[in-house]
Amino acid sequence: MTENGFGAAVRRKEDHRFITGLGQFVDDINRPHQLYAQIIRSPIAHGKINKVDVDAAIAMSGVVAVFTGADMAADGVGGIPCGWGITSKDGSPMVEPGHPPLAAECVRYVGDQVAVVLAETRAIARDAAELVDVDYAELPSVANLESASADGAPLVWDDAKGNICFDWEIGDKSATDAAFAGADQVVTIDIVNNRLIANAIEPRAAIGDYDAGKDEYTLYTTSQNPHVIRMLMGAFVLSIPEHKLRVIAPDVGGGFGSKICHYAEEAIVTWASRKVNRPVKWTADRSESFISDAHGRDHVSHAELAMSKDGDFLGLRVSTRANLGAYLSTFGPAVPTILYATLLAGSYKTPAIHAEVKAMFTHTVPVDSYRGAGRPEASYLLERLVDKAAKQTGIDPIELRRRNFIQPEDFPYQTPVALEYDTGDYDAAVVKAIELADYANFDQRREESAARGKLRGVGISTYIEACGIAPSNVAGALGARAGLYEVGTVRVNPTGSVTVLTGSHSHGQGHETTFAQLVVEALGVDFDNVDIVHGDTGKVPFGMGTYGSRSAAVGGVALMNALEKIRTKAKKIAAHLLEASEDDIEFKDGQLSVAGTDRSVAFGDVAMAAYVPHNYPLETLEPGLEETAFYDPKNFTFPAGCHICEVEVDPDTGVVQVVRFTAGDDFGRIINPMIVDGQVHGGVTQGIGQALYEQCVYDDSGQLLTGSMMDYCLPKADNVPNFAVTTNVTPCTHNVLGVKGCGEAGAIGSPSAVINAVLNALSDYNVDDLQMPATSERVWQAMQGNG
Amino acid sequence: MYEFNYHRPTSLDEARKILGDNDEAKLLAGGMTLLPTMKMRLASPSDLVDLSNIEGLADISDSGDAIEIGAMVCHAEVAASDVVRAAIPALSDLADSIGDAQVRNRGTIGGSVANSDPAADYPAAVLGLNAVVKTDRREISADDYFKALFETALEPGEIVISVRFAKPERAAYSKFPNPASRYAVVGVMVAETAEGIRVAVTGAAACAYRVTAMEDALSKDFSAGALEGIAVDAADLLSDLHASAEYRAHLVGVMARRAVRQLIA
Amino acid sequence: MSINVSFTLNGEAVSAHVASRTLLVEMIRERFGRTGTHVGCDTSQCGACVIHVDGRSVKSCTMLAAQADGTEIVTIEGVAKNGQLHPMQEAFREHHGLQCGFCTPGMIMSALDLVKQNPDPSEKEIREWLEGNLCRCTGYHNIVRAIKAGADSMRVG
Repeated sequence: MTENGFGAAVRRKEDHRFITGLGQFVDDINRPHQLYAQIIRSPIAHGKINKVDVDAAIAMSGVVAVFTGADMAADGVGGIPCGWGITSKDGSPMVEPGHPPLAAECVRYVGDQVAVVLAETRAIARDAAELVDVDYAELPSVANLESASADGAPLVWDDAKGNICFDWEIGDKSATDAAFAGADQVVTIDIVNNRLIANAIEPRAAIGDYDAGKDEYTLYTTSQNPHVIRMLMGAFVLSIPEHKLRVIAPDVGGGFGSKICHYAEEAIVTWASRKVNRPVKWTADRSESFISDAHGRDHVSHAELAMSKDGDFLGLRVSTRANLGAYLSTFGPAVPTILYATLLAGSYKTPAIHAEVKAMFTHTVPVDSYRGAGRPEASYLLERLVDKAAKQTGIDPIELRRRNFIQPEDFPYQTPVALEYDTGDYDAAVVKAIELADYANFDQRREESAARGKLRGVGISTYIEACGIAPSNVAGALGARAGLYEVGTVRVNPTGSVTVLTGSHSHGQGHETTFAQLVVEALGVDFDNVDIVHGDTGKVPFGMGTYGSRSAAVGGVALMNALEKIRTKAKKIAAHLLEASEDDIEFKDGQLSVAGTDRSVAFGDVAMAAYVPHNYPLETLEPGLEETAFYDPKNFTFPAGCHICEVEVDPDTGVVQVVRFTAGDDFGRIINPMIVDGQVHGGVTQGIGQALYEQCVYDDSGQLLTGSMMDYCLPKADNVPNFAVTTNVTPCTHNVLGVKGCGEAGAIGSPSAVINAVLNALSDYNVDDLQMPATSERVWQAMQGNG
Repeated sequence: MYEFNYHRPTSLDEARKILGDNDEAKLLAGGMTLLPTMKMRLASPSDLVDLSNIEGLADISDSGDAIEIGAMVCHAEVAASDVVRAAIPALSDLADSIGDAQVRNRGTIGGSVANSDPAADYPAAVLGLNAVVKTDRREISADDYFKALFETALEPGEIVISVRFAKPERAAYSKFPNPASRYAVVGVMVAETAEGIRVAVTGAAACAYRVTAMEDALSKDFSAGALEGIAVDAADLLSDLHASAEYRAHLVGVMARRAVRQLIA
Repeated sequence: MSINVSFTLNGEAVSAHVASRTLLVEMIRERFGRTGTHVGCDTSQCGACVIHVDGRSVKSCTMLAAQADGTEIVTIEGVAKNGQLHPMQEAFREHHGLQCGFCTPGMIMSALDLVKQNPDPSEKEIREWLEGNLCRCTGYHNIVRAIKAGADSMRVG
């Protein structure tokens, strides 16, 4: 392994600025003469806007303008588009309502944007916002799936009958019915996948900055994918051509999916900046984030597993209702369909699967991707069901899983739900995890816990995910309205230092380090002489951004392809300089040598020759050393693994504490194990959060009850243990790096392991089922027989 | 937050004058509750009277049979005080369990007692230890102090100067924190004082209250077992998304037994 | 009402007229351009805004600028000396105690206060101390390791 190259636990380049307070997050940026925007949001879940009176606000000293939905509509501003179209099983397209950045006629959730105040200071903007008088005629609303599905329920959109956006299915229904007809036993489960809020610690922010001299716009925004925002906002909302719109996502303080979407505030500040010819800055308060950031999950499902008498899985039937909120967010429709139901095979060779998904509108914040996006929902459902099957059949839960695993020799494996897994070794991950978890001695630990008055339980899950979204043609066939490739440019500077421009975006993942490791490996340059540039459409040619654990598997491979082009060109230049045949040039450790001789030239000298081409094959080769590659993957990648959780339950109070957690994952080849471990720790903690602490609760009138960190419980340091993590490597077969992706796995595999552990701890209490989050009261009630 | 006039008087007289001149003035101690409330625009005082520059409000003293803690002493100082630890370790522990480290560095006992948040910890100590709240005009005994939700015996403009805790024979505090805010869902102080056994509960109801049935039982038999079977009525307890009244009632029993066990162990 | 507030910021005497409702964090970020101190919530939960006032860690989003008059303030920008990282900063880098970096300044400032009071904290003590600092990226595992290592090298160093 090269020091600082592929596979090394290199310390991160980006850290220095963050540990010294010199990071540049959007709210750290201030533009000369900027104004501050305060959004006026609906306080009710559903209502008609009768009148918006802005006179008193405009009259306030320091207020520059107040704009309403009518102002934006009058300017021809378009609606916020949805990036994914789903077709119902009857062939009809999903109901796709308009989504103006500022509502002009009707509000549809608490937090819906109605007007914006621009003022000289943030405080004045807030003062003035209170003076904007909006007269609403309140209408009945539906705050959850249950009320939205009820007969005669109030409609969020008139053309979405029964509040159904689409009614979709996947898999072979008749084959599945046949499998059930021939089954010896059937296990059923009802699952609520709790609604969550990503809560990246950096609240969203945006600055619109219009340059009248050049008729150009710059948007600074907290985004995971600035080029996507440029495309969506430029083409669909504000009609600004790409060459006149620059989107910069500088340091971004965590995303977890919530910063993928194109949000109304981005369009509002960009548009308003031109209206007043001054920069306009908006920064969310946390309480604003709770009612304006896309929420995640929120499924209600019923599932049935058909088995033979020996516990072989014969068929799986799933019926899910998914809450999309009031409007379609950027990837909203893809999450409960393409990213969810295609993963219902899990790691098992269940021959027949049929799933139907009814996606519904409610008067709540739009729902979109949150770490894992669809895959945690699939994994949770399946792994809870399999554990229940183990209990029902009396087969050991690990044995039952093993019996049904897709085996290494089965790859490539075509599932009944569209995906083709390229490679994997599921049992190897189980073996590693069991060993690291000291699973064999669990009983001893259970006794120790019992001696302290605690109920100890162990739970296991195995998971698979589809990452690296995606091959564009497949994604397109599945409803994606954009390509999903990635772009990398390698610019070798004249003195041999390297600037990489990548379409991936790092908001914690550490690409400035891992991508530099790839450059070190390929070109043999010094780690410190590599810079990774990302997050600026004005610098990076193009990109689709970071989500779906795709950066290494798609962005990294694009970079590798660009690096390969650089190597090829460098060899040509070296061949000229060394007066040798190109075929005889070897490129290793930063030196280009003629094979079998001691003649060589350093890569830096090749770079110099490319930019000062005094001795250069100008007749056959352009000067310069810069290459770009677009990479569109052949398939998804399929990380998989096994998580084992141990909990202690306090029988007096119902409090659950995770006391041990082990993850055995297969992410393919690993560029930087330190960073991969960190991704797993963070993902698992979010999964523990979902399982035990986090839930988004609306009351019946659509008011968010968990609207602050006082009530929405994020896991704290004392809620989680140290984690034991290990990896097993089966390289991805269809990308040159052999990588699969690691960003979401922790959040995908862990919730079911936690709940399975809690149920195991309660095995003396006859508790069959427990919904997430397993709060202390919920556990206590279940122990009282009130589950 | 809304704009206000800021004052930082150096004497109680000056503070009283500002309060007297401005109906909508509020006292500012550590600000751990008031400032977030003002940030949310749920409070709009015309004037804030910052007590941090008034001499004599931030002392801890031991008078032999009691300790007195100045209103402006922050929770971290109470937790770290050798005087408090020697006299009433339960009080040190309680102070150390409030909020988080940064809140403990700013929040004060006077602010907490004056605010009487139903989920605050100090009310359990004040009531359980039968403390005396000293104000700029009188002394109020704990049993007369807590009235209702955010309501105490304090009159408008009355300023808490200190809280005096008689040293108990023994006392222990057991808390069930809200997992998100870390406020008390239920906190129970059990104390054996000169006047007898006291069991005070915070978090469960609109304001801190005593459970006399438990006090009676413990007076006869000071053991966790003595509390078994004493039903806590859920009827008057708070119910929210973190804990139903029924669950709170159950937790009152659990926390009381845990406090007793601490004392016996 | 506008008031004059003066304090020492990372060793430098500073002063400004601000509205009385100005929060300390706003004054530090917006008047003095020290943007390493962040705002992550509005209910004093997240700890991204933790700084030291007179040697103690506080949440600067829950303190008025006026309350800081006459105090000595240290922010994340004042931790490294003469271009030399503090051992706690080094430890966060060495142990991958940060990912997106947004909570990091508050974490480091909080950790420094812990070590001042408890030079050799156990893992449990570190986790309990961090009650007021939220991180959504790291799962705390490496933050806890970093603080332990930082404390170790501060004792040695």
